[in-house]
Amino acid sequence: MRLRDLATGLGALIIAVTALAALFGPALVHADPFAQDLTHRLVPPVWMGGEPAHPFGTDQLGRDYLARLVYGARISLLIGVSAAVTSGLIGTTLGVLGGFFGGWVDDVVMFVITCRLSIPLILVALAVVSAVGSSLAVVVLTLGLLLWERFAVVARTTTMQIRNLDYVAAAQAAGASRAHVLLREVLPNIAHHLVVVATLEVALAILLEAVLSFLGLGVPPPLPSWGLMIAEAKDYMFFSPWVIMVPGLALFTLVLGINLLGDGLRDLLGASRDA
Amino acid sequence: MPDSVLEVGGLRVGFRAVEAVRGVDLAVARGETHCLVGESGSGKSVTALAVMGLLPRGARRGADRLRFGEADLLGLSDRAMGRLRGDRIGMVFQEPMTSLNPAYTVGSQLTEVYRRHRGGSQRAAVDRAAELLGRVGISAPGRRLGQFPHQLSGGLRQRVMIAMALMCGPELLIADEPTTALDVTVQASILRLLANLQAEMGLALLLITHDLGVVARIAHRVSVMYAGQVVETAPSAALFAHPTHPYTRGLLASVPVPGKVRRDEPLGSIPGTVPRIGPGFQGCSFRDRCPFAMPECAIEAPLRQRAPGHAYLCQLPP
Repeated sequence: MRLRDLATGLGALIIAVTALAALFGPALVHADPFAQDLTHRLVPPVWMGGEPAHPFGTDQLGRDYLARLVYGARISLLIGVSAAVTSGLIGTTLGVLGGFFGGWVDDVVMFVITCRLSIPLILVALAVVSAVGSSLAVVVLTLGLLLWERFAVVARTTTMQIRNLDYVAAAQAAGASRAHVLLREVLPNIAHHLVVVATLEVALAILLEAVLSFLGLGVPPPLPSWGLMIAEAKDYMFFSPWVIMVPGLALFTLVLGINLLGDGLRDLLGASRDA
Repeated sequence: MPDSVLEVGGLRVGFRAVEAVRGVDLAVARGETHCLVGESGSGKSVTALAVMGLLPRGARRGADRLRFGEADLLGLSDRAMGRLRGDRIGMVFQEPMTSLNPAYTVGSQLTEVYRRHRGGSQRAAVDRAAELLGRVGISAPGRRLGQFPHQLSGGLRQRVMIAMALMCGPELLIADEPTTALDVTVQASILRLLANLQAEMGLALLLITHDLGVVARIAHRVSVMYAGQVVETAPSAALFAHPTHPYTRGLLASVPVPGKVRRDEPLGSIPGTVPRIGPGFQGCSFRDRCPFAMPECAIEAPLRQRAPGHAYLCQLPP
């Protein structure tokens, strides 16, 4: 019990630190994440005997790793949150409509969900990015348009539970319109489930962006995305392991933090609802 | 009945292969408490929902007449029906624990109904909500307005539900087993409240219940439902004095009266259960459980009059 609270707190702390770094880091870290300095290539981090000017070392082009990490946090969080919001809008709309109206509407929604589940995610993302060209907006949209199925499934089942409750009938008996019932009666009462899904989707989107960037089809260089940093560093990892370790650890920690917070939120919201 | 607020004629509701309501006639007069009695599955609640236009998807509704005030509910659009609901017809449900939305305060749920139908300022709606909470017997209404449903007991929630149904001063209040889910002591106070409000506000009250004790205490008129039909309708006093349909007699005989029923004597009951009636059913639906069943019962159950305003559906003469 205590351990679980601790884990939730740790997750929240990781996210808070990353978010603060993303928001204010560029103002504090004076190094330019794009400035190359070929005389200072592959400088190790300070704890491995590097220079105080580059606390996290430099990469193969002599760019400051701390600065790139901080700017990369912006990209990762931006992509994670925007993809989750986009997919949340799509998935929740579909799920609530299917769950509430049932019948043929639900059949259509279920069919669309099944179709989405049978689409190989990475392949389609790769195909889209290579066809349209890679940019931040394309990555966000692609991920957002592909990651909504969990929102849809959760919204659909929770809406089905809610729609038969008396307060929905009571609202209708009090003259509420259908839009009102959906937006004001159903949505607020399934929101706590959707928040948990959203945390999972943020983590998933961040990881997928890293995968796409690693494959060279994500955020276009020289934008400092964590996945791109790993991709660019992979040729040097045998002699300078930190170049892959630093962004890799950052990615791992952030995704772990988001998942810990998601689990914690699920317990917290679930418990308070059942009580 | 020219002064009836609600007039239902030949109401039929079906779900797939089940005929839940089969030709119900019902008239609720202005300022009258009309009780709809019957056991589970007799079609009481479905009748109420059909009147409100709130039947679940897939239900078939048909009627010869469905009139509320001067409005013909059969020809009314969804939108127009929505304007009537909560404004001129209020409804209270069985389960106070789930009838309020847990996400909003009592005050916001009350004021919302009022502003939807009456518009006006939030200030006026809050005043109206506080006034009604006071009227339904809730102390410190100002404080209750800011509370969430989970902070209230079942009895309080049902009072809030009643207040919500009355926000716009409806002509008709439909209460679907409003006391079933409550403690006996709370039941009594809610019933007294309903009876008082009905008298004070001149409401027409359509009270759905399976509790004959409730009926005896507050009904002016009673309609007994069985298997989707009104099998007997009469003024309350006449029904209790001269129950005529065998089902009504069975129901009354099933109520244990303290002091009159001996400890070792088995409680009265009607053998069997309510049948599921499919399309094409003929004759009296009670004949399988009826002690007076005769061959003619398989053909039809005629409508007979015992006295003016006291009708029943049976082969037996009065």
